[in-house]
Amino acid sequence: MRTLMQRLGEDVRLKEGLHACMSCGICTAVCPAAEYFEYDPRSIVVTVQSGNEAKIRKLIESDTIWMCGQCMSCKPRCPRNNCPGLIISVLRRVSQETGAFVKSRLGRQQYLILKTIGTNILETGYCVFPASVVPETHPEQGDVWRWIYQNKEAVYERVGANLDKEGPGAMRKIDRENLNELERIFAESGGNSFFSTIVKFSRAYAKESGFTDADGEPDMEKYTDFLLNEDNDEK
Amino acid sequence: MMKNSQVTVTKEIADDNYFYLRSCIRQNFFPGAEKVFLDILKNKLGKNIIDNANHISCTGIGYHSDIVPYETYQAMVARQFALMTEQGLKNAAVSCITSYGGYNEVMKTWKEFPEEEAKARKNLKNATGRRFEIPENISHSCDIIYKFRHDIAELAQYKLINKQTGKPLRIVDHIGCHYAKIFPEKGIGGAEQNTVLSAIVEAWGGQSVDYPERRHCCGFGFRHYLVKNNRSYSISNSKKKFESMEPYCPDMIITNCPGCNMFLDKWQYALAKIEGKTYSGDKNGIPVLSYEELAGLVLGYNPWDIGLQMHQVDVEPLLKKMRFDYNPDEKYLDAGGKFMGQPEFTGCLP
Repeated sequence: MRTLMQRLGEDVRLKEGLHACMSCGICTAVCPAAEYFEYDPRSIVVTVQSGNEAKIRKLIESDTIWMCGQCMSCKPRCPRNNCPGLIISVLRRVSQETGAFVKSRLGRQQYLILKTIGTNILETGYCVFPASVVPETHPEQGDVWRWIYQNKEAVYERVGANLDKEGPGAMRKIDRENLNELERIFAESGGNSFFSTIVKFSRAYAKESGFTDADGEPDMEKYTDFLLNEDNDEK
Repeated sequence: MMKNSQVTVTKEIADDNYFYLRSCIRQNFFPGAEKVFLDILKNKLGKNIIDNANHISCTGIGYHSDIVPYETYQAMVARQFALMTEQGLKNAAVSCITSYGGYNEVMKTWKEFPEEEAKARKNLKNATGRRFEIPENISHSCDIIYKFRHDIAELAQYKLINKQTGKPLRIVDHIGCHYAKIFPEKGIGGAEQNTVLSAIVEAWGGQSVDYPERRHCCGFGFRHYLVKNNRSYSISNSKKKFESMEPYCPDMIITNCPGCNMFLDKWQYALAKIEGKTYSGDKNGIPVLSYEELAGLVLGYNPWDIGLQMHQVDVEPLLKKMRFDYNPDEKYLDAGGKFMGQPEFTGCLP
């Protein structure tokens, strides 16, 4: 069985992102997440650099690795050309591959992201599309977006977009042939199995936590509701 | 060792024959910006740029929210390159900043780890039968506007002047993080002294205004916006920027990232709802425009043709400062001239 450090090391991004950290802390000083959360990218890099399995296990089971906003502000400031944000990407990957992500509140949210962005990508060929930005779940989008959303066809046509129609242009319909290619790329390159892994561990956690149907099987609608409302103190 | 951000900028920007790679977020929220960019290149600057219907999302938002593994992301990028190759084009013009950072990340990986490129080629071929050549040039579309900023200035119908005062418009910029923070040498001026937008502003007669948190992230944070419960991270970062801009009294914000453009527009509205205040000294807020939209205005495009009615912070106060010749009565008319209804209100505070 591979150690966690071996798993991390198999990802080329660890070699790209971690050279020899001298623990100066400038990454933490510039990090927007460190300003917002109890979060310290410097100590994450030190932990990974130590190769200590127990500490790495604790890290990938924690909320900590999910606090990074992936802005990569750490990258240009590091005097050693490390990229803590990239190391975080590798930790998150291993956390999901090993099922460690379900042990933290922020980690469990990967199931929500899979259900929204993952579904958008596979079904439409876009990460985001107008019908997916529902005003009720996006009140921050404001009154102008609500008006756009309610008058999508006319507004997009007015500004020269090609919403849900054949041919080129903004928000055009991605045809079946192109979506088939996308699906085959996901199947060939491990994207589908990664999605399945997130679902497998999420289902197991849902069952273990009592989100089940009458047959004792995981009830993922109940689990989704739980995730949407899970606050800091529940777990 | 010299810091990354101090590298000499030697970036080259192709001058013609581009393959356009659209942005999920820009198409969604500011589709008119992509339309006017293509129109300026084709019809004002006489360039060849291809808008290919077969290209799809690079999946970059999925990649940075960690549901799309790097191998899959590389294969998706390879497919974009294959479409370019099939079209006989070698210069990418990228609308999205996340994609721009992503394409550069993949190119860097392939250079250092040729086995990763071989794997991406194999995955793409097995899945689609396609092959690709490495692009000769990858530019963000803001780089292209930057390159032709003086040509645009020569064609301009408007300068970035406040005609009410006779002084240049005061413009703050926000550079999307993935434009130059990951690879400073890929952005004009690097990560610390980025000049891609300020040079555009100055070429068109405006005043580029510095502010302390100019380099701070808008707060997208990928998973921090995508999950509703996490959005306070996102709005907190934008608030920090607005507080930093406020003392400098900007007439507008210019951005190069589709997501940042959306967040800086929408979070002003949300903050006004929460705090009952704006950062502009009026009820409207600070208008937020992308470089394509601003180029469109300078060149005299009808603001409603290029989608400026899709912004929450109303652009009309800015148009009035410029004494821009426009018809407010056409703002909410559809393509056939019929009234589409209108938002309950625009701006930030009623």
